[in-house]
Amino acid sequence: MALLELRHITRRFGDLEAVKDVTLSVEAGEFFTLLGPSGCGKTTILRMIAGFDEPDEGELFLDGQPLAGIPPEKRPVHTVFQSYALFPHLTVAGNIAFPLEMAGRTRDEIRRRVGETLALVHLEEKSAAFPHELSGGQKQRVALARGLVNKPRLLLLDEPLGALDAKLRERMQIELIALQREVGVTFVFVTHAQQEALALSHRIAVMNAGRVEQADVPEALYSSPKSRFVADFIGTINLIEADVVESNRHGLLLRAAGIGDIAAPAHPGIAAGRHGALAIRPEHLRVSPHSESAGLKNHFLGTVSEYLFRGDVTIYTIRLDNGLSLEALTTNAAPGRARFHEIGDRVRVEWRHDAGVYLAD
Amino acid sequence: MPASISRIKGEGMTRWLVTLPPALFLVVFFLIPALIMAVASFREPGEFGGLAPLSRESFGLDAYRFIGDDIIYAWILAKSFLVAALTTVICLLLAYPLALLIARSPKRQRDLFVLLVILPFASNFLIRIYAWMMILGPLNLLYSPTAVIIGMVYVHLPFMILPLYTNLEKHDPTLLEAAQDLGAGAWTRFWRVTWPLSLPGVLSGSALVFIPVLGMFAVPELLGGTGDLLIGNLIKEQFLDNRDWPLGATLSLALTAAVLGVSALTAMYSRRTLR
Repeated sequence: MALLELRHITRRFGDLEAVKDVTLSVEAGEFFTLLGPSGCGKTTILRMIAGFDEPDEGELFLDGQPLAGIPPEKRPVHTVFQSYALFPHLTVAGNIAFPLEMAGRTRDEIRRRVGETLALVHLEEKSAAFPHELSGGQKQRVALARGLVNKPRLLLLDEPLGALDAKLRERMQIELIALQREVGVTFVFVTHAQQEALALSHRIAVMNAGRVEQADVPEALYSSPKSRFVADFIGTINLIEADVVESNRHGLLLRAAGIGDIAAPAHPGIAAGRHGALAIRPEHLRVSPHSESAGLKNHFLGTVSEYLFRGDVTIYTIRLDNGLSLEALTTNAAPGRARFHEIGDRVRVEWRHDAGVYLAD
Repeated sequence: MPASISRIKGEGMTRWLVTLPPALFLVVFFLIPALIMAVASFREPGEFGGLAPLSRESFGLDAYRFIGDDIIYAWILAKSFLVAALTTVICLLLAYPLALLIARSPKRQRDLFVLLVILPFASNFLIRIYAWMMILGPLNLLYSPTAVIIGMVYVHLPFMILPLYTNLEKHDPTLLEAAQDLGAGAWTRFWRVTWPLSLPGVLSGSALVFIPVLGMFAVPELLGGTGDLLIGNLIKEQFLDNRDWPLGATLSLALTAAVLGVSALTAMYSRRTLR
């Protein structure tokens, strides 16, 4: 049985349907992420799980028990707020002791558990400090410790890394994964940062305009998106508008206006005549000087119109002769060379016939 | 380095420009009058009021001896403290829920509520006290200690509401959500989060009520009976009725010392508990 279940949840604010018929389940011990742009309803879902909001339709279950009517203070669910919401008048130890005091633990147990949790987040020496004396990363860890100390069934995290700078965020991501593995508490994490979601989660539900577009493991979301929204939101992707000319068990034959025929992987259930787009990741495109002969089935000529040098990789924007622009990513792994093409270079773009996903409209 | 020196010089200038006016204000309107009072308290009353002409004999501790000899002055000072304390507590009890209500109502209504709180200031203080005489008279409460307390509370309530409201309005509502999320019920949320965070507002509101009430003479004179003299009335009487300026000066110095003592205690307390 799933630890947390959402069944056909709908939430309206006036005329706005913030959450539309969402059904999800989260397993015990999972690091589950709600990913989507701002306003997609992910925070509303989090607030309904915490108990600060109630669905207009549908039901939530925790451990099989309906949550309806149970106030936030009675739910075994704790939240790490985006702003951390640390109590400014309490010390670090006082903040962490708060949920234990609320649960009526004994003085000895509180002291022991606060000590253990401080050690867990490496803040033993800050025990007597007040929140305003802490750095952003330290506040973040206090908020995590406070949420975890009373061993909730579920820890909700509302964009907790949003306020940190890039370097610190990366370190906190690693700490967060380690922490979750160590305590074994189920995490429900909300973010709009897709890379963060991919790096942290066991499973991700991608949300758009109140609906769950696709819920799956990160690798599946990345390699086989089921909709244009997911394909576009997760990572970078090239979308090539194309009609299906032929469909069989070996593959699809697509025809794109102005480009020509493209071979694509087989997609059962898609018949000839359908319209849609071929979604293909930049790292699946190979760029070579146009003088070299083509090696792969799909190959087109174009001109380098821009490039972004990122150190480990370079991202080229290549304008095909018919006007379509594609992004191609090449790793700079060859020793002694950091980049291969200049702006204006004539190049050939190629990809394998089994690369990409066809997304029918 | 020359650049950093000139920057520090500039900061020094700014500091002087900012601190000089209030310092000047305190010197002119507090320190000098207090010194005049202090000097006056050692002199002798004049035959027709005011102070006796300066001479060697007209300088002494007569007024202090007079106050020290009669327990009634200490008693009146103590009673004034009691009235001020009681007024402060009642104001706090009335003002806190109201300030909380205003702070938690929608932003648009807040300004209206604040306006309603300060609206009584639009009419004259004495007229409002006379209005209370007309209300308390038929209730058989006029000229009683109760009437004095009612009047004191009425006059000073806004001075408690406003600092409390300014404090409570700034509270981050997420803190209450966090407390609730972590298992705190409504009462616990108030006593563990809202109340401790509002202590600076409670302290400044209490000071704004307690100190003026200590020196207030109009309310006890109009609403209190003849037996309800407070230190404010006593001081006023020395200057206007008894024409004993040295005694009045001594009494007001005693009051000033008491107020400073209370302020010092409050400041020490707040420095210790509210970082």
